[in-house]
Amino acid sequence: MGAYILRRLWQMIPTLVGVILFVFFLFKWFGGDPAEILGGLLATPEQIEAIRTQLGLNEPWYTQLWIFVKSIFTFNWGNSWATGEAVSNIFRTRLPATLTVMVPILILETVLGIVAAMAVAYVRGSLTDRSIMIITTVMLSVSFLVYIIVGQWLFGFYLGWFPVQGWSDSFWTNLTHYAVLPVLLATFVSLAPNTRLYRSFFLDEINQDYVRTARAKGVTENRALFVHVLRNAMIPVLTNVAVQLPGIFLGSFLIETFFSIPGLGRETLLAVNRSDYPVIQAVTVYLAALTMVINLGADILYKLVDPRVVLK
Amino acid sequence: MTTVVEAYQAASSERSAGVWVTAWRRLTNDKVGMASLAVVAGFLVMILAAAVGLLAGDWQKEVGVPDAPPSFIGPRAQATGTDPIASVIAKDAKPVDLSDIDPLAPKYKEWAERAAKIQITDPPRAETLPFGGDRLGRDIVAKVIKGAEISIFVGVFAAVLATLIGTMLGALSGYAGGRIGDFLEWVYNVFTSIPGILLIFAFAAVLGRGISTVILILGLAGWTGIYRLVRAEYMKHRTREYVRAAEAIGASHLSRMFIHILPNVSHVVLVQLSLHVVFFIKAEVILSFLGLGVRVDQVSWGTMLSEAQAELVLGHWWQLVATTVSMALFVTAFSLLTDALRDALDPKLR
Repeated sequence: MGAYILRRLWQMIPTLVGVILFVFFLFKWFGGDPAEILGGLLATPEQIEAIRTQLGLNEPWYTQLWIFVKSIFTFNWGNSWATGEAVSNIFRTRLPATLTVMVPILILETVLGIVAAMAVAYVRGSLTDRSIMIITTVMLSVSFLVYIIVGQWLFGFYLGWFPVQGWSDSFWTNLTHYAVLPVLLATFVSLAPNTRLYRSFFLDEINQDYVRTARAKGVTENRALFVHVLRNAMIPVLTNVAVQLPGIFLGSFLIETFFSIPGLGRETLLAVNRSDYPVIQAVTVYLAALTMVINLGADILYKLVDPRVVLK
Repeated sequence: MTTVVEAYQAASSERSAGVWVTAWRRLTNDKVGMASLAVVAGFLVMILAAAVGLLAGDWQKEVGVPDAPPSFIGPRAQATGTDPIASVIAKDAKPVDLSDIDPLAPKYKEWAERAAKIQITDPPRAETLPFGGDRLGRDIVAKVIKGAEISIFVGVFAAVLATLIGTMLGALSGYAGGRIGDFLEWVYNVFTSIPGILLIFAFAAVLGRGISTVILILGLAGWTGIYRLVRAEYMKHRTREYVRAAEAIGASHLSRMFIHILPNVSHVVLVQLSLHVVFFIKAEVILSFLGLGVRVDQVSWGTMLSEAQAELVLGHWWQLVATTVSMALFVTAFSLLTDALRDALDPKLR
């Protein structure tokens, strides 16, 4: 196990180098001139030149790459070009809001998805099963935007059950007051794809030999389904949750934008709109690194829940 | 005895139906698949007509009153009573003479003459439109058609681009293996380690806006899944007998890759292509909604939804409903068609 983890960490290095090179050259070759973005429309050539010198843009590309690599490993990205706020400060202050919304969403959508999928798998092949499958297909074809627009209007504005948008400094108020509607809406939207996916996992297991054996030795249908099938179907479910895990750090940028939640997703979107390169670059590089670590964690978890898996 | 032999000879001389013919036969037997094919074909005819200008060419024309309600609801009730602002103005309507100190005073006569020469005809605006109007009084039906044209166009071409990139790289990686394969695997790992939406954001930050840019962004960010599948197929086929046989008769590497193997994996590519169309249409709608998609003088389902958000608060629900229904109809039909296509092309999967 230890050797496996070490080898996987070692293999991450070329990928991380690739991500760094990709982000660096994407912004260097295809992005606009940072000095002109920073200087604004009224900057004089002298000011532009001063900014270029200050950012090291007149240095050869390998020196610039070195500056870029240094800023990654020292966590020192300087300040946001648009607001002057330190990039590290943006991470520290925006991440809690994102997690306040995303952790409940991930828990709720997993639990509800499993419950709904078990219920549908229980009545597999029936009219209920087929109707639910058709309904989920139609639900999936409606844009995520429509659910948020209508949900926010209906429950926030028209019925007034929840605040339309907002955020406070208190974690508890946020969780019980402002985050409720976004969490419920996102959970509702994810129900259709999760039910379909988890249903297919359950159906794969239901037709296995061990289920037939369990039935043959007289186990009740409920016990076969809720003990034997559930435990085995949890393996692909866990993998799917692990795949979604990196996403909770970026958050649902749409949810955050609609409900004015000061999270990392909304901040990244604002940065794209403002051509705020340091913020976009920092978020991209760190989240890519985080994704790799989480994927490794998922593979180890996979081994722990399923002893048949051989790590190589 | 002879009859059996004759029957056998007759059957063997008759060429057996090709894979595409049998797939088409299976598809035509699938009622859901045919119905969704009809809906998708209807949409395609509609957007082609819109693209050449036969349909919805004048979507920007303001034909109705602002926020005109749909015809089946009837015109909005006219405001009754006297206008409170007009009554205030009329009370002391004595213009103050400023001509002594007004530096523009000598120009007024000239401007009045010039203004008189210009004829402004305000065309009569309809009180209601078939399915309502937007905030400028443009016809929602025409906008939905034009929006469908751009959204579907972007979805299809982005999917084609992603499929081209994914298939080319996947074929190269799976067929060649070795150093080239390792290098492409590295590129693949780099692209997949960046969360998808961040990849799109990073491309959008440097490439800008516009229809062709959105196609480029989605294609560049979305090829990895196809690459993975095509690579696996090529690795499987590379050592098969028919490929070795092709090598033995002197077929070049390129010919083996694209003339011999590609037709045998094309069903995988086709299903992936149609899966990605749906995915990219949804992505385009979100990007346009966020202002990272099509330009402001164009209309797509995404820009319509962003207008609809503000209109809903005022009680003007028709643009939202029209956009949602047309998009849901197309996407549902396309998804069902994709399922039918997969079943028809790969009956083992059932």
